[in-house]
Amino acid sequence: MILKTILSGKHYQFKSVKDVMAKANEEKSGDTLAGIAAHNMQERVAAKVVLSQLTLNDVYEHPAVDYDHDEVTRMIIDDLDPLVFRQIKGWTFEQLREWLLATTTTNDIIHYLSQGLTSEMIAGVCKLMTNLDLITAAKKIINEKTANTTIGRPGTFSSRLQPNHPTDNLRGIMASTMEGLSMGIGDAVIGLNPVNDTVSGVTAILNTFNEFVTRWQVPTQTCVLAHVTTQMQAIEDGAPAGLIFQSIAGSQKANTAFGIDQHLIAQANQLGKQALQNKGQNVMYFETGQGSELSSDANFGADQVTMEARCYGFARHFDPFIVNTVVGFIGPEYLYDAKQVTRAGLEDHFMGKLSGLAMGCDVCYTNHMKADQNDIENLALLLANAGCTYIMGVPQADDVMLNYQSTGFQETATIRELLNLHPIPEFETWMEKIGISQNGRLTSKAGDASIFMEKESM
Amino acid sequence: MKVLKAQNQSLTPPQVQPLPVNANNELIDIRSVHLNTQLMVDHPANRDAYLSLKETTPARLGMGRAGLRYKTRSVLRLRADHAAAQDSVWADVPSKFIQSMNMLPLQSQCQDETEYLTRPDHGRQLSIAAAAKVTQLIDKGPSVLLAVGDGLSSEAITANVGDVIPAIKQGLKLHDIAINTIPFIRFSRVAVEDQLGELTHAKVVCLLIGERPGLVTPKSMSAYIAYQPTVGMAEARRTVISNIHPGGIPAVEAGAYIAETIWNMLTLKKSGLDLKEALKN
Repeated sequence: MILKTILSGKHYQFKSVKDVMAKANEEKSGDTLAGIAAHNMQERVAAKVVLSQLTLNDVYEHPAVDYDHDEVTRMIIDDLDPLVFRQIKGWTFEQLREWLLATTTTNDIIHYLSQGLTSEMIAGVCKLMTNLDLITAAKKIINEKTANTTIGRPGTFSSRLQPNHPTDNLRGIMASTMEGLSMGIGDAVIGLNPVNDTVSGVTAILNTFNEFVTRWQVPTQTCVLAHVTTQMQAIEDGAPAGLIFQSIAGSQKANTAFGIDQHLIAQANQLGKQALQNKGQNVMYFETGQGSELSSDANFGADQVTMEARCYGFARHFDPFIVNTVVGFIGPEYLYDAKQVTRAGLEDHFMGKLSGLAMGCDVCYTNHMKADQNDIENLALLLANAGCTYIMGVPQADDVMLNYQSTGFQETATIRELLNLHPIPEFETWMEKIGISQNGRLTSKAGDASIFMEKESM
Repeated sequence: MKVLKAQNQSLTPPQVQPLPVNANNELIDIRSVHLNTQLMVDHPANRDAYLSLKETTPARLGMGRAGLRYKTRSVLRLRADHAAAQDSVWADVPSKFIQSMNMLPLQSQCQDETEYLTRPDHGRQLSIAAAAKVTQLIDKGPSVLLAVGDGLSSEAITANVGDVIPAIKQGLKLHDIAINTIPFIRFSRVAVEDQLGELTHAKVVCLLIGERPGLVTPKSMSAYIAYQPTVGMAEARRTVISNIHPGGIPAVEAGAYIAETIWNMLTLKKSGLDLKEALKN
């Protein structure tokens, strides 16, 4: 294992695999805050050069967090297919990158190889990829998952309807839900972030969703994104949930800060499979985002791309229905501006896809970041080209509960039309039935929430 | 390329009402329009029901569309709301305002706004010069040290502080407690109050600070109050009074509540969760 190089006549010596991994990252304010980023552009490139010649085995033997001290590391290592790993452990990262990009490398063989990759390896190859590399490689990977409906089919582009409300007012939530559905939004999930994390609150919202999707026969999933323990209690008491949600992180310590561990999520997954009325076996919904480990002082000196990859290692253990990064929510001390958010969005999507997940993205920003709606439209379009499974649908992108901006209903509709992408087939059939879509295109009725109000006595 | 013949084509502009003007012949302030009363969906199936449902949420619903995109006016409104929020992060509290309030101008270790946004650790510590000034100019061992920080919104400070401070002073006067020098800390994070506490040995430190601006308002301010704060203490030791702005808790009301909270801390010698528990009993 060689950890030193010469670049432009200057000598660079890196301390460890972890040091190479951190310094090889594209610039992120969070890595600078952690004190682990490259000091300048040349050192960054020198680290990439060194990384390109490391073998997968070098990184296998140096996980970001010790195997003995971290259950996420144990899950990642123990889930590896030893036969596949043995075939590829001598590959360099340069070889892995070029193999993934080769036109002869297609979905099936990537799925096979992926079983031999640890999250750190996935992060490593990500660091050698340009933005268009990340798009090209991710686009090849098809990850289909089934709950009520099947997500991730080629040619589809789905959306989570996010009808958040500052006081969880049920009529207000349904107002946003109806308008979103009338624009063809919500085929991935209708998922609300509640203000009140209580069993009764979660149950009331799930019941309201359930009444509506039953009456209008909407083929989708519903979810209230409270803490997993709150949802489990509600489901045990009979609440009609469609998926079980939880935010996750890339180390055991960071997961502790979220109030979860492997055992708890395994219980939730088990409960979901038994209690939810779904056709398929994929019942979990996870959210991630670069920087959350550092924010809970649980990154163990590792960079935020590597820690994010480990979230996907944790996630894939439970074979979830959907996973998305909430890429720009965390703030400028982790992702400073639109350039960093764009990079992170493409990285997270690629790493999630290579981990076998039906990967979406909350393409978003906060008001103290150097980004605006134009940047978010750009990233959404890049991700759709990369085969992103779904994005968010928030009324005109303005989340009035979480106080940040994401993608609006119109973004999904526009991108579908521009790139000839479609909702999940059953959902599109439903859209045609209620008259908001005809021959795969939205009609003049689309975007009118009051089409649901003639019969509704809301 | 086929060019359409003019005589066979009629060009019809979309039906859009012009933006109203005021008495001075200025276009009206688009941010003053109540979104709840606007429905821009073309030919809605049920206008009354739509409008009545819009009353139940501040979400931007019923804004209509231009093709598959947004209508011009709703795009401009979103950009206007976002611009107000962003400018409030990047603008400084004017030095004239700091002077007019008789505050002692200080700075954290951050040199500029970018450092402030990317290095929260630097925003939690006073610069060496500022720490020296606190030691020199602020009396030791006051009952209450009131401080102001720009935080993430300068507009929150200019909009609220002028009314909040007199209200706090008035409330504390009832208990014969005086507020002396008020430091203003540029580029500050909440935990800077811990260092202020250690330097002055104040019994209670109350920091008024601008919150991360939302699109609804960039003017939201919070008060973070702690009993004998120390650097590195648990966040649970802070009592927070948030949402202070004209559309939330009005400044005068907030000031009275802050004064009452400070008095409770002085009496019970506790803050944060401990205070909450003690007040229950």
